[in-house]
Amino acid sequence: MKKIDRKLIAEYSYTLKPVEKGYNRRTLYINVGENKIMEKPVSDMMIDKFVGGKGFDLYLLWHAIKDSTQWNDPENEICISFGPLCGNTNYPGSGKSIVTTISPLTGIPIDSNVGGHFGPYTKFAGFDALEIQGKADEEVIVYIDGDSGKIQILSAPDEEINSHIIAENLIAEFCDAEGKEQFVSVVSSGTAADYVDISCLNFSFWDKRRKVARLKQAGRGGIGRVFRDKKIKALVVKFSGLKGDTNHPVDLDTLQKTGLKLHREIEKGDSSQCHMRECGTAHLTEIMNDYDLLPIKNFKYGQDDAAKGLASWEFKKMFTQNMPDGCWYGCSLACCKAVDNFIPRTGPYKGHKVCVDGPEYETVGGCGSNICIWDAKDVAEINFYCDTYGVDTISFGTATAFAMECWENGILDMAKTGGLDLSWGNADSALELLHQMARGEGFGVIVGKGVRKMKALFAKEYGADPDFLQDIGMEAKGLEYSQYMSKESLAQQGGYTFALKGPQHDEAWLIFMDMVNNHIPTFEAKAEALHYFPMFRTWFGLQGLCKLPWNDIEPEDNAQTDEPAKVPEHVQNYVDIYKAITGKPMDKHELIRQSERVYNFQKVFCMRMGKGRLIDDIPPYRAVGPVTEEEYLSRQDRYDKQLLEKVGIDPKGLSLKEKMQKTRAHREDQYRQLINAVYKRKGWTPEGVPTLEHLSAIGMDLPEVLEVVKRYL
Amino acid sequence: MKKYLKTYPDKCIACRACESVCSNLYFKEDNPEKSCIRITQLADAVEMNACNQCEACAKACPTQALTITHQGVVMVNKSLCISCYMCIAACPTNSMHRYHGGIYPFKCISCGACTKACPVEAIKVVQE
Repeated sequence: MKKIDRKLIAEYSYTLKPVEKGYNRRTLYINVGENKIMEKPVSDMMIDKFVGGKGFDLYLLWHAIKDSTQWNDPENEICISFGPLCGNTNYPGSGKSIVTTISPLTGIPIDSNVGGHFGPYTKFAGFDALEIQGKADEEVIVYIDGDSGKIQILSAPDEEINSHIIAENLIAEFCDAEGKEQFVSVVSSGTAADYVDISCLNFSFWDKRRKVARLKQAGRGGIGRVFRDKKIKALVVKFSGLKGDTNHPVDLDTLQKTGLKLHREIEKGDSSQCHMRECGTAHLTEIMNDYDLLPIKNFKYGQDDAAKGLASWEFKKMFTQNMPDGCWYGCSLACCKAVDNFIPRTGPYKGHKVCVDGPEYETVGGCGSNICIWDAKDVAEINFYCDTYGVDTISFGTATAFAMECWENGILDMAKTGGLDLSWGNADSALELLHQMARGEGFGVIVGKGVRKMKALFAKEYGADPDFLQDIGMEAKGLEYSQYMSKESLAQQGGYTFALKGPQHDEAWLIFMDMVNNHIPTFEAKAEALHYFPMFRTWFGLQGLCKLPWNDIEPEDNAQTDEPAKVPEHVQNYVDIYKAITGKPMDKHELIRQSERVYNFQKVFCMRMGKGRLIDDIPPYRAVGPVTEEEYLSRQDRYDKQLLEKVGIDPKGLSLKEKMQKTRAHREDQYRQLINAVYKRKGWTPEGVPTLEHLSAIGMDLPEVLEVVKRYL
Repeated sequence: MKKYLKTYPDKCIACRACESVCSNLYFKEDNPEKSCIRITQLADAVEMNACNQCEACAKACPTQALTITHQGVVMVNKSLCISCYMCIAACPTNSMHRYHGGIYPFKCISCGACTKACPVEAIKVVQE
């Protein structure tokens, strides 16, 4: 490899000290514009109210920016935090970083949860969070040497930007010697992030068996765009001292035993439950298709016979089997599968042998079924280029599906797309869109703006009906929906659209509880679920944990427990490992309260940035019901039956148009009733503003928070 | 080639001399919880447990800390081990162990010390 002649722009030395009970009690601030590097102390208040992880990120971001800050202002930060439980090697799923910034897609804080080794290594290098502010004058990399206690801003004159190359180059450059690559991790984006908003960050981990840099994505909300706008090519960390007790827990024995119990559960149960070790989350595709939940043609339909081309058995043939594919050490659920020696058929890496991380379910849904690409190899190729160019596969899928439906309706044509045929299933065109994003040219750059900006553009420039675009454009708050059909689950419509950062399913996935099992039939029951699960899942982001080991593996007797949807034994595991690491008191109620404080802080943060209002919680009708006649007709029996049984209207004698209108009126009314019930349960006013009493009751009544809330009351 | 402990439970008298010599050799204390070979007295039989060097643990190890010697013995390389214990869960014979207060997992490395201590020749080191 060619040696890079780097200029040392700034350097800072710090005192190495061990982590204590999961915390370093300091954060790292780097301003790449002012070339300033400093430590900041972590106060008791920060730990008590914000815990760590996403909580620290939001707290630091809040105090770094102004009400008027836009994504590309120099004061906008990228914050990366890890949480007190992050980095333990005992309990599966304990290596997550949480990344926040003001999003170019939404204008509010985005938070993205990502694996890879960067987070735990940076934590063990000495910091509970990392803030990056400013815009560099030239291309830079930031290097954190956790072995010697040194941080550098270095020039990055000529190396690659695309992640699958730059990650390996930098690992080779910064590791102490060949054979020690596993101690270095890289955060990077890709060439598309220079031009498009639907961009991501890649967090690497060195795969010792494959001898490649694997890439995990902080996918949502365009963080890659902010990263490249700051002229950062990469963040690099080195930490060589990882041991089984580096997190210095107060009760290592309980931590070890609890982790071992789950390892054994996974060892025994995964092959009969979720098959994570064989297929990762791609095992979901055929299940979603069976239940009419797999998005097809921009979320028009939930099922298609052709989806068998994307079934897990097709990907299982491509994924290398029997590898300990955890994105952090100690994760025996091992969901991060890889396609080895994949040879792309298009683009700048055509003919190269590459390792593709995934595809995961969301990528199969977004870059496969939702745009009618039914060949698993095409999905793998889109996945590879999305990752290396720094493009979010979820937003790419939903944005491309929107463009393809616009093509189908004559809103777009060859002249407008620059000669690209965007018919459903055209994999060549989908790939070319990606290559255009990476080159910063053509219609790809338009798609890369995301659905919300495309809607405005197509209405203004092409005379498209804005109401139709609003109905079919699957975004809320500016973020593209992830890949589940929510039409038949009112609770999931809320789960998606109430999500603070935008419609991502990591706050709540209630479809089976609601639609399949009918366990939450009333508005109050749905509201309770839309309170509990977002709070429970927020906790993972505070601690540096992954959600999957919570309920993608279940104890054998889980179905016999009083609340199987909560997986009570695993909730207790989390209580136990929190206490074992931090030594602080915890129970299943305090766990929710920790989240509730940060959740409401994030809500007020959105309000401070001008969103977080009721109007921002309204979904496009495509997420709620059938927009087009063909959609209604495709499931006419279901919709007619619902009119008769749920609305009390006999569909006989009604025209199709009348039936669609009445269905829409009913479904939109149901959603409005859901909003009322959920806001009430969350302690918010009917306009979605947290009440002063509620903020006081949960302990999130900081003066800066109340000052914002009072503007809205 | 594999070098491993072959056990003969029908000969075993459960005197636990093997456990004693093993834990004394590796942990300097007489403690069956720190023995790589484990004897369990059942109602009408004795169960003997020792690693058969099947290598399932090595396949599960994310850091490749479980290395295999030229004699086919699986060894824990403490400099690489991060104590995740995935090896313990992956072991099909429950022959990978941990103990309270310890960091690293431990296992039988076919050293044969127990064979010399056994008064009834219920353990042998064999190579296959």
